[in-house]
Amino acid sequence: MLVPMSIQNNERKQADVIVQTRELNLFYGDFQALKDVDIAIREKSITALIGPSGCGKSTFLRTLNRMNDLIEGVKITGEILIDGMNIRDEQIDLVSLRKKVGMVFQRPNPFPLSVAENILFAPKIHKTAQRKNHPMIVEECLKSVLLWDDFKDRLDMNALNLSLEQQQRLCMARLLSVKPDILLMDEPCSALDPIATERIEELMWILKENYTIIIVTHNMQQAARVSDDTGFMLLGELIEFGKTKRIFTNPQDQRTNDYITGRFG
Amino acid sequence: MNLKTFKEFLIEKLIFLSGVTSIMLVILIFIFLTKEGLSLFKAVSLKDFLLGHYWYPISEPSQFGILPLILGSLFVTMGATIISVPIGVASAVYIAEIAPPRMKEVLKSGIEILAAIPSVVIGFIGMTTLVPFVKNALNLPTGLTAFSGSVMLAFMAMPTVVSIAEDALNAVPKKYKEAAFALGATHWQTIWRVVLRAASSGIVAAIMLGIGRVIGETMAVMMITGNAARIPTSLFQPVRTLTATIAAEMGETVQGSDHYHALFAIGIVLFVITFIINLIADFAVHRKLK
Repeated sequence: MLVPMSIQNNERKQADVIVQTRELNLFYGDFQALKDVDIAIREKSITALIGPSGCGKSTFLRTLNRMNDLIEGVKITGEILIDGMNIRDEQIDLVSLRKKVGMVFQRPNPFPLSVAENILFAPKIHKTAQRKNHPMIVEECLKSVLLWDDFKDRLDMNALNLSLEQQQRLCMARLLSVKPDILLMDEPCSALDPIATERIEELMWILKENYTIIIVTHNMQQAARVSDDTGFMLLGELIEFGKTKRIFTNPQDQRTNDYITGRFG
Repeated sequence: MNLKTFKEFLIEKLIFLSGVTSIMLVILIFIFLTKEGLSLFKAVSLKDFLLGHYWYPISEPSQFGILPLILGSLFVTMGATIISVPIGVASAVYIAEIAPPRMKEVLKSGIEILAAIPSVVIGFIGMTTLVPFVKNALNLPTGLTAFSGSVMLAFMAMPTVVSIAEDALNAVPKKYKEAAFALGATHWQTIWRVVLRAASSGIVAAIMLGIGRVIGETMAVMMITGNAARIPTSLFQPVRTLTATIAAEMGETVQGSDHYHALFAIGIVLFVITFIINLIADFAVHRKLK
C-alpha cells in the first residue's frame, strides 16, 4: 500500500490537497511536452484540464499513474506528490500506485471478456477478494455506475457487445473494484453521443462523493458543467488554474480568455 | 462495344479464370482421388479398411487394414504437437511481447530459416544424430521410433506455430494492454490474462495449422520412424504413417490392383483429416467475428 507519508509535510499547504506537482517537466526525446507544471488538486473534487490538442493535458494525466513509463524515450523531472508521496521515486510500487490512481481512457477499452469478468479482473490479479465475495463486488461496482439493473441478468454477456456508453461505464466500474482514490479520465466522452455524454457527466457527479476525479477534455462546456476547478494548458504550460466559475467568467490571462471565448482552439 | 470496355471485359474474365482455376484443380484432384480410391471398396469393406489390424498388401490373401497406419500418424502427430505447441506459443509470446526490437528481428529471421530447411535434410539430421541418441539413451533395440519422428517433426511445425501465433498476438489491440496496466496488472498478468485470451482463436488456428503440417509430412517421417506397420503401444516403437506408406509403396504397385486403389484410399483418409483440421482452424479464426 501507498502510505500517506506525513501530514506535517510542509509542502502541503491545504489539508485536502491530494495531488501536487512541482516544476514538472516531461520530454519525449527532444520535444518538451510539459513545462514547469505546478498544480494542487483537491480531494473529492472534479478538476478539469482544458486546452487545444497537443497542449500536454493527456500527457500530464498519464504521468499521475506513470502510464508514460510504457513509452520509450520519456524523461521526467520535478516532483509529483500523491498523498504526500513522491510517485517518481524508484522505490514506489507501481502496482499499488495504479490501484490507487485509476484511469478511464478516451476509447472505451473493456477486455473481450464477460461483464462480470471485466469487473473481477483487478480483484483477481490483486487477490483482494475471496471467491465468495465476487458476486457482491460485481453488484456493487455495477450499481455505482448505474449498470446493475440493465445487466444483472446478463453478467456473462461479452463486454464488446455493449453500447459505447455502457462500455465506458463498465470501464469505470472495473476501476472501482480496486477501490482507487483518484480517477483519471482522458476525454472519457469523446467517443460518445451527447445524450450518453450527459449521462456520464451525471455519473461523475455521483462518483465525486467518494473519489477525486481529474478529467481531460477539449470540450469547454463539459469542463464548465462538471468541474470544480479548471486548469488551462497551452504548449505544455499550465497557463491558469483556479475555480471553474472564475476561470470561465473572469480569466486572468489573456490566452485563457482567448481560448474560452473561442478565439483559437 | 468499344476497345476500352472490351479490354476491361477481357481482363475481368482472365482474372475470373485464374481465380476459378485453383478451385477447379482441387475439385479435379478430389474426383481423381475418389475415383481411384473408392474402387478398393469393391474388394474390401470400409470397416475392414479403417479398423483392420493388418496391413499386408502383397501377401496372399492380402489385407488392407490401415488402423496401424492411422495410429502411427496419430502417435507421431500427437508427439510433435505436444513438443512444438508449448515451445512455439511461448516463443511467439516472447517475440511479440517481451523481446527487445533487435532480438525480435534475429528470432524472426531464425524462424524463417527453420521453415526453409527441406524436410529431407531434417530427416537426414534426425537419422544421424537423434536416432542413435534415442537408441543409446533409452536402451532401445532401435532408435527409429515414433518419438524420434515427433521430435524432428516438432522442428518443422514450430515455424508455422510461431509465426501464426505471433501474428495473432500482435493483432491484440494495444488498448487492452493499456487497460490491464492501468489496473495495476504486471507484465506477465497482462500477457496471461488479457493478451493470450484475446488472441486465443488465432493461437488455436496456429496450433491446427501446425498439426496439419505434421500430418502431411512424408519424407522426414519415412526416414526416422522405422516404418513398421503394426499397431503401436508406445511412443518408443517404430511406426508407419499414412503418408510414408503411400510414398514407399506407390512405386511398386501394379496400376489398377487392389493395392494401388488402397493407397489412393489412404490418400482420401489423409485428405479428410487435413480438411477437418483446416476447418477447425478456419472456424477458430472466424469465431471472433460473430
